[in-house]
Amino acid sequence: MRELTYLEAVREAMSQEMRENNDIFILGEDIGVYGGAFGVTRGMIEEFGPERIRNTPISESGITGAAVGSALTGMRPILELQFSDFITIAMDQLVNQAAKLRYMYGGKAQVPMVLRTPAGSGTGAAAQHSQSLEAWVAHVPGLKVIQPSTAYDVKGLLKAAIEDDNPVIFYEHKLLYKTKGEVPEESYSIPLGKADVKREGKDVTIVATAIMVHKALEAAENLMEEGIDVEVVDPRTLVPLDLDTIVDSVKKTSRLVVVHEAVKRGGYGGEIASAVAESEAFDYLDAPVKRLGGKEIPIPYNPDLEKATVPQVEDIIQAVKETLNKKIG
Amino acid sequence: MRNLKVPEMITDEKLIELYKQMWQIRFFEEKVDEFFAKGMIHGTTHLAVGQEASAAGACAVLEDRDKITSTHRGHGHCIAKGAEVNGMMAELFGRTTGYCKGKGGSMHIADVEKGNLGANGIVGGGIPLAVGAALTSKMKEEDYVVLCFFGDGASNEGSFHEAVNLASIWDLPVVFICENNQYGMSGPVKEMLNMENIADRAGAYGIPGNVVDGNDIIAVMNSVDEAVKHARGGNGPTLIEAKTYRWKGHSKSDAKKYRTREEEKEWRAKDPIIRLRDQLMEEAIFTQEDAEKLREEAKKEIEASVEFAKQSPEPTLDTLMEDVYA
Repeated sequence: MRELTYLEAVREAMSQEMRENNDIFILGEDIGVYGGAFGVTRGMIEEFGPERIRNTPISESGITGAAVGSALTGMRPILELQFSDFITIAMDQLVNQAAKLRYMYGGKAQVPMVLRTPAGSGTGAAAQHSQSLEAWVAHVPGLKVIQPSTAYDVKGLLKAAIEDDNPVIFYEHKLLYKTKGEVPEESYSIPLGKADVKREGKDVTIVATAIMVHKALEAAENLMEEGIDVEVVDPRTLVPLDLDTIVDSVKKTSRLVVVHEAVKRGGYGGEIASAVAESEAFDYLDAPVKRLGGKEIPIPYNPDLEKATVPQVEDIIQAVKETLNKKIG
Repeated sequence: MRNLKVPEMITDEKLIELYKQMWQIRFFEEKVDEFFAKGMIHGTTHLAVGQEASAAGACAVLEDRDKITSTHRGHGHCIAKGAEVNGMMAELFGRTTGYCKGKGGSMHIADVEKGNLGANGIVGGGIPLAVGAALTSKMKEEDYVVLCFFGDGASNEGSFHEAVNLASIWDLPVVFICENNQYGMSGPVKEMLNMENIADRAGAYGIPGNVVDGNDIIAVMNSVDEAVKHARGGNGPTLIEAKTYRWKGHSKSDAKKYRTREEEKEWRAKDPIIRLRDQLMEEAIFTQEDAEKLREEAKKEIEASVEFAKQSPEPTLDTLMEDVYA
């Protein structure tokens, strides 16, 4: 099958949807001839024109509000924020407006919008351009939160997000943009709230998100050489969360490692670990749940320091081994 | 030939209707005030007594298809945009027949289908929403204008400045109407803004700005009508500042220590409803008896809304989780 990069898959999903539905448009900073900070919308203004590839001023609050207001009145905006850190500037419009309008209005409104934004560290952009703040938005009822990890997933999940009638926060990982994978040319959709078992195994379950899916898979390959058979589950969407797939996996392996790049304290891994602890899988656990996350510091600039801030393949291997050696009771 | 200069769509009948509508707003607010004092409804509320002319006057020149965004002090805007007082009162009582099925309350009354995109509990929060709605109008060629209400306090929020700039660069059909009621909660405009007129901020965004007497419904109508025509013609937004005064405190618990009783008295003497009544009598559009009758009708309608609200069912707990997601 044809291969595309993750970045090309994002662009293709948007282009295909925009050809089908005139209500869909993109707004964001430098998305026009410049093609967006990471080049995701490159070439799109030539096909769709400046009305639908709408270059905006640097006004994250204003443009997020404009997206919400246009969604409320019948458009289906895709808002690109250049870096996910900038969500902090758009927070009122996202948390107090987009997430709540439907409920506050007694169900008589909807806000079908997608906020796409690149997240994560590894580019040397330091503390204000490298965060993974998905737990902030996952905490807010009314928002949906997606973290695709592969080119195939990103295309199908983006179509589903665009078709969804709710505000969806769509995190693209910067380091994944150049990764390649098989992507069908035709349009397809992956349902939100459906986890994917990226690797089947019987000894330990790793639930990993975004770029950590790839690190977990690499760790799994290494561990296999030592005869340790790891299952890697990618939730793909944090909200809604496919807890069933995770619980089934833990029941099978009896051991769980949760890994994400976001700071461990208050990270979404805590939610996954607690949900498993509350589930029927608890009785199957043969070891305490292990959580891996970013260190509790701002992301530093120096490449070695930056790398040491977030979980690496070695850390995952270590965590899996610790889980195998530890027994409850 | 009468002396009142009003927009061409404003007939004598419409003026009479507006007079009654301002009483509806006043009585609605006073009823709500009374119920809060008695503890009959909970939460909080922000009343617009004294500001009836800016709400009624601004909405009077809109077409049905036009939209509004409102504020935490939004009951008057809702009534002026044609909301049913029954559904509004029921919402404040938290009943299922309320505009938001009892889930929104005073600060979130909305009727998206009818063009009321909602009150807003966040100061300045609705301004970017108005711009987004205007963007829809332009992109889908729906030919509606969005009237965006906000207060003097909101004009110091970043969202105001970002939104006005967006509307300006995209020539969007929005009319920004700032109801300057002299105080952002307790903060006097004179202390929070180092310029005489909020409307002068329009110059920073290259759009027209007008100051009107917000207690003069005729002046409000004329100014908004001009701005609506400007917007509908594809010429972009206007910023109107309606100078007015809120008679009551900011919310239900406000001792009003930040202003004098003399100042309040001065503004009460500029009652926008009495002003229109006198104008309509002077123009022989109605008589004092007519005026009294309309006032009584408005009062009865509000009282009926209270009965409607009281008799409406409370939401059952099985609706708690409904409508978080579409």
